[in-house]
Amino acid sequence: MSVDKQTVAKIASLARIKMGDEELERMVPELNGILNWVEQLGEVDVEGVEPMSAVIPNTLRLRDDVVDADPKTGGGKRDEVLANAPAAEHGFFGVPKVIE
Amino acid sequence: MTDLTNLGVKAIRDGVAGGDFTAREVAESFNAAVASAAELNAFIVTTPDHALAAADAVDAKRAKGEDLGAMGGVPIGMKDLFASHGVQTTAASHILEGFKPEYESTVSQNLWNAGAGMLGKLNLDQFAMGSSNETSYFGNVASPWRKEGSNAAMSPGGSSGGSSSAVAARIAPAATGTDTGGSIRQPAAFTGICGIKPTYGRCSRWGVVAFASSLDQAGPMARSVEDCAIMLGAMAGFDPKDATSLKMDVPDWEAALNADLKGKKVGIPKEYRMDGTDEAILASWEQGKAWLKDAGAEIVDVSLPHTKYALPAYYIIAPAEASSNLARYDGVRYGLRDLPEGAGLQDMYAATRAEGFGDEVKRRILIGTYVLSAGFYDAYYNQAQKVRALVARDFEQAWGECDLILAPTTPTASFPLGSLNEDPLTMYLNDVFAVPASLAGLPAMSVPAGLNPDGLPLGLQLVGKPFDEQTVLDAGLAIQQRSGFEQAPEKWW
Repeated sequence: MSVDKQTVAKIASLARIKMGDEELERMVPELNGILNWVEQLGEVDVEGVEPMSAVIPNTLRLRDDVVDADPKTGGGKRDEVLANAPAAEHGFFGVPKVIE
Repeated sequence: MTDLTNLGVKAIRDGVAGGDFTAREVAESFNAAVASAAELNAFIVTTPDHALAAADAVDAKRAKGEDLGAMGGVPIGMKDLFASHGVQTTAASHILEGFKPEYESTVSQNLWNAGAGMLGKLNLDQFAMGSSNETSYFGNVASPWRKEGSNAAMSPGGSSGGSSSAVAARIAPAATGTDTGGSIRQPAAFTGICGIKPTYGRCSRWGVVAFASSLDQAGPMARSVEDCAIMLGAMAGFDPKDATSLKMDVPDWEAALNADLKGKKVGIPKEYRMDGTDEAILASWEQGKAWLKDAGAEIVDVSLPHTKYALPAYYIIAPAEASSNLARYDGVRYGLRDLPEGAGLQDMYAATRAEGFGDEVKRRILIGTYVLSAGFYDAYYNQAQKVRALVARDFEQAWGECDLILAPTTPTASFPLGSLNEDPLTMYLNDVFAVPASLAGLPAMSVPAGLNPDGLPLGLQLVGKPFDEQTVLDAGLAIQQRSGFEQAPEKWW
């Protein structure tokens, strides 16, 4: 499978990365080079093999269902959460107008 | 007094504890070495005050007769992928320039709790995506090593290239690294130092900028196997804040180190004998077998039949996870915001990400977005996850015949900066020997084997069973004792 400029433009839009014509054209052969190379995975017989998402056997834990179970990741941290925001206003993240 | 910057982790810790020198003297020596090595571009920011404050705390503890910790008085370099409270943390990307975390990563906090101090934040490939340290927004890192008779700047490897360069240049006794598909082992091999990626889950990922979460693992980089054992012990441990953290005790790897390999079987995977592998690398592999045999191990041939498919599977899985992880950089909560005149929210996202991410990062986000998109998910992503299961199964079957695997770390020695930029694929192939152990989550280490005819370091890789870092470290020590590798790059910076 290979991608054309239109497809790359669509992927870039899905990924929310603005790309001009020149950049899209440069990406087409680069992405195709990679996609053609990974194509070889199709040769592998995977009949009956389950896809692996976790390599080391481990069970997901539940933490205690209490407020502020871990003070570092609990609540009450508004100012710290906003400290690095490019535009924090009135205790909120500021963004351009979404609804006209 | 000896030059303190020639000392490693163990020598510094024991020297400070024994009163041979103070932690402050050590921190001052390394701060000066860091300040004089700007040409390497190994650090994005330096934090001499952090190193001095940690050193003073250790000296004060000693005066009171208190325990100094496993890393007491050792100043280290911190890969700029670990969140540092109040210190700029960028992942070497423009999109995080100026970001000062309000928290400290678990691994770095563990190190500070063990008495270490921070010399600065080390440069890396942007978001740890790269194998040469040429994708950083903050410029290339140069290896302290050069080819004999040449002044060309060489790659320190990647993505932990600031770490490898700093440790090899003796401007830091040790540094943290992270390994997603070889990013500790390949740079260690390129610069003649040691580096170990532990079993997936040993080191907490909390506060580490995420690249591919099912693969990312932190580990130490230092000049000796003992130093790696000490530092890994300080970094590792269960962390409830990381859902994949292993709830297991951390063994005392340092105390248990034993270079006698009697009764151990070392597997040699025949599939790692690939076309295009450098002659000197193959020779070092043979040498490695002889060393381990000399240490009492039995050498056996093993087969890892899906080795060839590990790298293409990795280049689907890692970008897929990255495309999801990097969705958080949106110009709203932290980092860069690019808001063109009159732009709406969606335009702001797209402009911010266009401005903030480098080319390699964009390439991987696009690949990841594509392989996860409707209609292609099964053909690419699901197939890759199945191949990953087969790669892991290959190792499980090999463990029926051996306790450890020995292979080269990389197919070639370091290359000049700028020499592999034409085609992303040629760069990816550098991690062909490193990626299988990453996909299987196994502990894997690179130790120096010697120099090639050009005078550049070569590394040997040891891969162990899950949770068996000890055997990996033991075999690393056996190689270290026999290679006698102590060469340092000639200072030009």
